[in-house]
Amino acid sequence: MFSPSHFTAVLLFALFASVVFAVTQRSTPSAMLRYGAASFGLFTGSALVLSWLMFLLAR
Amino acid sequence: MATSSPTKPVAATGFQYGPLIAGWLIPGLGHFLQRKWIRGTLLLASIGGMFALGIAMQGKLYTSAHDILDMLGLAGDLGSGLFYLVSRQLSLGADTVQITTADYGTRFIVVAGLLNIIAAVDAHNLYTGRKR
Repeated sequence: MFSPSHFTAVLLFALFASVVFAVTQRSTPSAMLRYGAASFGLFTGSALVLSWLMFLLAR
Repeated sequence: MATSSPTKPVAATGFQYGPLIAGWLIPGLGHFLQRKWIRGTLLLASIGGMFALGIAMQGKLYTSAHDILDMLGLAGDLGSGLFYLVSRQLSLGADTVQITTADYGTRFIVVAGLLNIIAAVDAHNLYTGRKR
């Protein structure tokens, strides 16, 4: 059984979803690369920010 | 003086839903049929990888629709096409979610199905000339 940490699961989720978003939402390879990188950064960045917010609110 | 006009995509005629159905059944197949090898490979690897990791995490495959959440989960799972049907026949995945990892896995499986629907619609748009 594969049991990743929560953060590893976030990274994997962000990677797969970003690739699909990039391929389907843009037409040229360079635009796909930019869009995919931005999408990956936003997925992981927002997960980190929300995690810290929840951690601080729960204290 | 000759002026260059942007080339207008040629709209496909006849039955236009082949790539949509093929892309739904197997992720990326709708793109492969249109010789978009790299796009199809990326989609197959991403959606297939996400689905496989979900199964490996002992995620739950929704098999019934008792309440609204089950219905939504089933709709998402069905988006994976043959992956879902074959996995269900082989009794892969867990019946109930008992550990946190299995909950991640369940989400991975549902989202893989939803991403596959986006990919299949993209294949349809490529075929009809709405996208290039």
